[in-house]
Amino acid sequence: MKVAVVKYNAGNIYSVIHALQRMGVEPVLTDNAEALRKADRVLFPGQGEASTAMHYLRERGLDEVIRRLTQPVLGICIGQQLMCRHSEEGDVDCLGIFDAQVKRFCPERHEDKVPHMGWNQLETPTSLLFDGFHGGEYVYFVHSYYVPLCSETIASTQYIIPFSAALHKDNFYATQFHPEKSGGVGELILRNFLRL
Amino acid sequence: MLAKRIIPCLDVKDGQTVKGTNFLNLRQAGDPVELGRSYSEEGADELVFLDITASHEGRKTFTNMVQRVAAELSIPFTVGGGISELADVERMLAAGADKVSINSAALRRPDLINEIARHFGSQVCVVAIDARLDARGWTCYLNGGRIPTQRGLFEWAREANDRGAGEILFTSMNHDGVKTGFANEALAELARTLSIPVIASGGAGAREHFRDAFRDGHADAALAASVFHFGEIKIKALKQYLHDEGIAVRNI
Repeated sequence: MKVAVVKYNAGNIYSVIHALQRMGVEPVLTDNAEALRKADRVLFPGQGEASTAMHYLRERGLDEVIRRLTQPVLGICIGQQLMCRHSEEGDVDCLGIFDAQVKRFCPERHEDKVPHMGWNQLETPTSLLFDGFHGGEYVYFVHSYYVPLCSETIASTQYIIPFSAALHKDNFYATQFHPEKSGGVGELILRNFLRL
Repeated sequence: MLAKRIIPCLDVKDGQTVKGTNFLNLRQAGDPVELGRSYSEEGADELVFLDITASHEGRKTFTNMVQRVAAELSIPFTVGGGISELADVERMLAAGADKVSINSAALRRPDLINEIARHFGSQVCVVAIDARLDARGWTCYLNGGRIPTQRGLFEWAREANDRGAGEILFTSMNHDGVKTGFANEALAELARTLSIPVIASGGAGAREHFRDAFRDGHADAALAASVFHFGEIKIKALKQYLHDEGIAVRNI
């Protein structure tokens, strides 16, 4: 199976490559349109700032390439946010794959710290991505912006408010959390993705 | 619910863990990667690797170790020790660390916090503070607790918070190694005044101490070394205990 990871100006891309390698998969890191189109699976991971990342993708035509992919695609963290319609971070229009607006967390009490960082639980996971899950599984999050609950939500998490921990539409999947840093639970999600 | 985190800390010298360990089943008991893996399998939520090597050669060995940890473990980890400029941070992140912990370098040059936050994001920047309670109140110390400063714990923690630190790792020098519990009053004061997570360190000797750091100290995470290394407290059992005490933890 050919697995491609989108190469762009976001941080922490290597942790997903390591995670795939631990599972015996040797992914290619590429920004080449042809290589991305021909891969059996595409991962779109990363950490960073939305508007900077979006500008980078647009300048290289990668926005159109990602939008038109037809094989299973998995966005992670900033990848999920970039797959939405618009982000409050840098007030930027994004890829529009998911019909959702990315918002910044607004603390309601002093204990509500932003970023939301650490292990939190998946609620009502409903997708082949979460095959074998019952809800309550802990996964690792680091983010200050979130996707509100919407029709494309396939798992939610509670932090200040309930938000989308994961999204799915057609061949596109995305998680706000980092499966590559979520121990055995995260590995199961990556395996499910490769099996889709 | 966001879980309280349990973080074992490993001191590394010339690529080997320094403190003794109870993990006799390991192929190489002194290998930090193997030890990190067994902690991860036991349910540790994060790991901290502290480089206590002084030599240049040792630094290189540490960087290689960080690369192995990143390749082999699937939980987040922080590295610290000897990080004094942006280039050090860049090297550690490039090697695969999720966060870096800075201590004396931040006290000497607080702008380092702003620089890390701006270049790599606040989530990367853990500011570690060693402080001792004396007649003046809580005072910050440099160089692993050897040199006192004029800075107070609470005002320095607040400044680090405002400069863009992602977390505060507070070690009470009064409590460290004594095993009678964490500095819960100071922790509670930090939790009350800061807008970023606080990691409690120094004083863990029993399961109840972790409960108290979370319940009374309102800490977001608790770090310990010897009680884990010597197997006095097993992480799995600790988490079951905390869960039974009504504290949200993962992997029970």
